[in-house]
Amino acid sequence: MELTTLLFKTIFLFIILLVTLVVAMYSTYAERKVAAFMQDRNGPNRAGPFGLLQPLADGLKMFMKEEIIPLTANKYLFILGPSIAMTTALLTGVVIPWGDTLTIGDHVYSLQMADLNIGILYVFAMVSIGVYGIMIGGWASNNKYALLGAIRAASQMISYELAMGMSIIALVLTTGSLSLHDIVAQQHGMHWNIFYQPLGFFIFLTCAFAETNRAPFDLPECETELIGGYHTEYSSMKLGFYLFAEYVNMFISSAVIATLYFGGYNMPFIDQLGLSSNAVTFIGMGFFFIKIFAFIFLFMWIRWTLPRFRYDQLMNMGWKGLIPLAIFNILATGAYYFFTSLK
Amino acid sequence: MEKLTNRSVVASDKKMTFMERIYVPAILKGMSITITHFFKKKTTINYPEEKREFSKVYRGQHVLKRDDEGRERCTACGLCAVACPAEAITMVAAERKPGEEHLYREEKYAAIYEINMLRCIYCGDCEDACPKEAIFLTDRIVASELC
Repeated sequence: MELTTLLFKTIFLFIILLVTLVVAMYSTYAERKVAAFMQDRNGPNRAGPFGLLQPLADGLKMFMKEEIIPLTANKYLFILGPSIAMTTALLTGVVIPWGDTLTIGDHVYSLQMADLNIGILYVFAMVSIGVYGIMIGGWASNNKYALLGAIRAASQMISYELAMGMSIIALVLTTGSLSLHDIVAQQHGMHWNIFYQPLGFFIFLTCAFAETNRAPFDLPECETELIGGYHTEYSSMKLGFYLFAEYVNMFISSAVIATLYFGGYNMPFIDQLGLSSNAVTFIGMGFFFIKIFAFIFLFMWIRWTLPRFRYDQLMNMGWKGLIPLAIFNILATGAYYFFTSLK
Repeated sequence: MEKLTNRSVVASDKKMTFMERIYVPAILKGMSITITHFFKKKTTINYPEEKREFSKVYRGQHVLKRDDEGRERCTACGLCAVACPAEAITMVAAERKPGEEHLYREEKYAAIYEINMLRCIYCGDCEDACPKEAIFLTDRIVASELC
């Protein structure tokens, strides 16, 4: 690899990492604001103008808290849990195409860290490892509530991963590629996958809520039954990592949804404007982030609207509702392409 | 019995219909409700910057007044303590000594006058009971460290 490319990738990596963390940080602020607004309140508005320094104050509080590791806990796994949750949450951003190509001098750089030809599978692998973060943390706490939360998280994630994977199979049938870069490139113009796979999108969205442990699927941490679920025993920044990983996950899954179904960085009518390729890239990137923020808002909107599902309802919906629906979606898509290819 | 609101629904455990089982219509309905609240005027009053409008007869922090010459009006008669339904007022009376005429209007005064702010219900009966027009409930807001 050339040195300039390496340099570009390194800088780009840090920018992506920074953006991910800042967005996740301000998602906590946005969450509180959205929650407050939907309940006719004001939300945080004391720290800085409009309460904008609130996330910093929250982070500082997390760092200043006493760090408690229970005597009966498995110390190594107890520390490993939040680390895995945070690491896997951040790793997924690598394959997401944040923008088209950028031309500096006579070099053309791709605004994607790594264009894996199995990009989607990579995302799935990382999300699946994320379960271990919760499972290990809950088990190592040596606390029945934490364990119950961890078991719920594991079973819920495995159940919904099936439906999620199947909704992706139908998508792959239409795109013919597993690479996220190709999938986005194919959606150029207004050929967004949402128009070809509306049912698949619906299934994927539902599963994304379950995978990120967000309401109405936040059973692993339901306060009313399990105190705090898998992070009952955690304190200080280890708890902060768990809570933060949830917001990073929300950001990344919003990005994945926007990439897979809403055309990624593609913006309608951008070709008609006659801009230079770099300008198009930057506008596209901005548009991509608008899509991501819209989905983050959707996540919060739903969280502050719906009550939590009961455990049996959750399992019924996953196994008896979404999986048959996903299989039907695969069959319908497959049949469509089979019969159109006959002619 | 008369219904309190027109929103009450009779609960039943009937089997859910198909539309209810797929949750989506109900979810969309709920989301439309929350989004209207999102843009509604907030009910919060940002206290130190904004203040609620008080009634003219608002009863807040108590004060023991002095007369025009700056002498304490209270004579520790104890009528306020008798009138107090919450039994919040206690006092210790003392006798005015010669040379203290500029401090106390009459021969007796309250050396200690205490109102238990946790017990006080701000009814204003002490104000009505006072024969010397000494105690008043002002429009001042009681500071949180006082009660």
